[in-house]
Amino acid sequence: MMSKITPQNDNVMMGLFALAILTMPIWLMPIGASYPDLMQKFAIFGIFAIGFNILFGLTGYLSFGHAAFLGVGSYTAVWSFKLLSMNVVPAVIFAVLVAGAFSFLIGFISLRRSGIYFSILTLAFAQMSYNLAYSVLTPITNGETGLQLAKSDPRIVDAMFVEVGAGIPSTNFFGIAMSGYSGFYFCAVLLIIGFYLSLRITRSPFGMMLKAIKSNQNRMSYTGLNTRPYALTAFVISGMYAGLAGSLLAVTDPLAGAERMQWTASGEVVLMTILGGVGTLLGPMLGAVIIKYFENIFSAFNESTLNNIFAFLPDGLQDVVVSVVGLFVGEGWHLTLGLLFMVIVIYLPGGLVEGAQRIRAYVLKKREKKSATSHQPQIAE
Amino acid sequence: MDEIKKGVSRRGVLKGGTALAAGLAAPTFFMRNVFGADFRNNPGDGGTVTFGFNVPQTGAYADEGADELRAYQLAVKHINGEGDGGLLNTMQPLALKGDGVLGKKVVYVTGDTQTKSDAARASAKRMIEKDGVIMYSGGSSSGVAIAQQSLAQEMGIVFMNGLTHSNDTTGKDKRRYGFRHFFNAYMSGAALGPVLESEMGKERRAYHLTADYTWGWTQEESIKNTTEGLGWQTANAVKTPLGAGDFSQYITPVLNSGADVLILNHYGKDMINSLTQAVQFGLRDKQVNGKDFQIVVPLYSRLMAQGAGENIKGIFGTTNWNWSLQDAGSQAFVKSFGQEYGFPPSQAAHTCYVQTLLYANACQMAGTFYPPEVIKALEGFEFDGMGNGKTLYRAEDHQCFKDVLVVKGNDNPTSQFDLLEVVQEVPRSQVEYDASIFGGELGPYEV
Repeated sequence: MMSKITPQNDNVMMGLFALAILTMPIWLMPIGASYPDLMQKFAIFGIFAIGFNILFGLTGYLSFGHAAFLGVGSYTAVWSFKLLSMNVVPAVIFAVLVAGAFSFLIGFISLRRSGIYFSILTLAFAQMSYNLAYSVLTPITNGETGLQLAKSDPRIVDAMFVEVGAGIPSTNFFGIAMSGYSGFYFCAVLLIIGFYLSLRITRSPFGMMLKAIKSNQNRMSYTGLNTRPYALTAFVISGMYAGLAGSLLAVTDPLAGAERMQWTASGEVVLMTILGGVGTLLGPMLGAVIIKYFENIFSAFNESTLNNIFAFLPDGLQDVVVSVVGLFVGEGWHLTLGLLFMVIVIYLPGGLVEGAQRIRAYVLKKREKKSATSHQPQIAE
Repeated sequence: MDEIKKGVSRRGVLKGGTALAAGLAAPTFFMRNVFGADFRNNPGDGGTVTFGFNVPQTGAYADEGADELRAYQLAVKHINGEGDGGLLNTMQPLALKGDGVLGKKVVYVTGDTQTKSDAARASAKRMIEKDGVIMYSGGSSSGVAIAQQSLAQEMGIVFMNGLTHSNDTTGKDKRRYGFRHFFNAYMSGAALGPVLESEMGKERRAYHLTADYTWGWTQEESIKNTTEGLGWQTANAVKTPLGAGDFSQYITPVLNSGADVLILNHYGKDMINSLTQAVQFGLRDKQVNGKDFQIVVPLYSRLMAQGAGENIKGIFGTTNWNWSLQDAGSQAFVKSFGQEYGFPPSQAAHTCYVQTLLYANACQMAGTFYPPEVIKALEGFEFDGMGNGKTLYRAEDHQCFKDVLVVKGNDNPTSQFDLLEVVQEVPRSQVEYDASIFGGELGPYEV
């Protein structure tokens, strides 16, 4: 959102971003979102969307199958908890590696095509993974029921060091339990690292190459440059981000279900990115926060909540207002999200970040008008 | 490049340090209350206590979820002393006085499970972490119920299962903080066995179509054990994906398998679709091995019967409860539910209503909301007047034991709700089993 791209401005943005993420428990309180589970979701889906944006935002390749990597990350992490240790470090590392390898496979095949064909291919692979997880691979994934921890799991590494307790042990980071606020801070730190990496990638020559692929791949090919290795690298990197997000879902809540790989989950991350602003750094994070907020807070409004809110209105009017508003909250939260999405796509194709930029430009212009008399006229953007 | 590095080392470190300090300070400030309380979400001296109702409001089980929510709202009313009191008038023994629980008025929050484990747990966590519920409840899918139940144990908040029929819920996946009033697949099998024997004989070949998740697996196993015990053979057992929609590819092979009974281990919309298609394929008009071809739906519900329409006539199954029962408890519940909403309740509504009352009653008996004491009050609790006769909450696996209904699709329904005819009320003694046969461990009281 800074006016000019300079290393200094990037560092300021990085600092502000870190500050905003780490102080979430404070500034989210007035809107009722400052409880650990939701903030964990913000951070996790932020990572997912930021990773997705490296592929979609920079290269323009629209993948409809990223949920598959999320799911693979989750399953890997839960298996690491079951077989090795309840410590989250190996779980996260293995999840990222396995998701990376899996995305290499899928990317290698899918990237032979571009445009809509690429999207369909990734969608097909994701749906295939979902169905495999759902029925064929039931011994590994436990099908619809979802993969869960059991007290009888071997946990080889833990068994050597820790005594067995009464219940199922909880996930931990060298002894710090990964639920509640500590879980959120673990995710938040990884989110900040992930954001920094994506910033460095965007600003690097490699990032420039990715943007070149987006603007005109044919011209790149005619100049004798093979773009596929670059696109594949971007695909694998964003697959690893998805794997990281999937593993964090398992870290904060040790359970993995096949529905994480469903096409709706793949669509969700596309929505997040578009809502916030494709190709921008902050946009995907913003979109993730908004969608998760809607899903968790708006869906929980019921009639009695609404009646409390509109209690100040006269009786007849209150009933009318409640029944109208009731359509958009509770089970109707999808409707609200859909409307918001339409408004943004129609009026702000660049997402919320574009909205913020427009406001900023407007304010600056006003200020300029006041102060500047001898300056040259402003050049249009 | 030099410039960039400078920037990182000075400003970056300063900013990062400030952020980290603010971040580390935040939890100590917000978590103070948590450490101060003797247990999670202690209602303390406040005038209210919060329950959470987590039901599927969207997706394949939305109808059941809507009915469950109605029942929960009714239960809260009755506990708070509003309305006609419902089952508070018939429940024995009763500690509740109709003035809330332990003098606190009950309020509630709701959530949407979307019939997905992830969404259900996210919604439950919101209730626990944000809304401060002391208990949460809900159901309609065993996979989701088991996921929520294990969360309950981690969080130390009691979870009262709604509709869940898998053996695993109180079997291998049972938890100290989870309780189930609904019956299970084993009981369905045990109740159905004698009726199947007298109606269809001892020489049959059964073909199973099974929903591919925990509930389907355990029901197939239980029914198979029962029918093979009768001397039946099992021709084949095929798993079908949940929410398949079109079952024709699974039904065609049934015709050539030499089987003369089709057992549909399906529920909700799946059952409506598979049964309708099986009837459309003409299975019921067939003669195989010199016998009439039969279809059995082990777990029935009125909402499903409504969806399947004409096709359910004469088809056998079991239910936990049906609104046509004539005991005082059932009648009282049907009356107050009918007055409130204008139609009779489903079995899902019944079990959810009863669970809410049982939890509230247990708190009143224990004299505290402290979960270990409430759990102890529920364990081994024996009660009557809730619509299923004398019922026991078994301490070893938190499963309720009560009479089971064997029902049949009504040939001549008198109204759009009069769809199931009760063939037999199978007494509790016939469906009891040893708690150890399914394995699993409840876990500790204190978490």
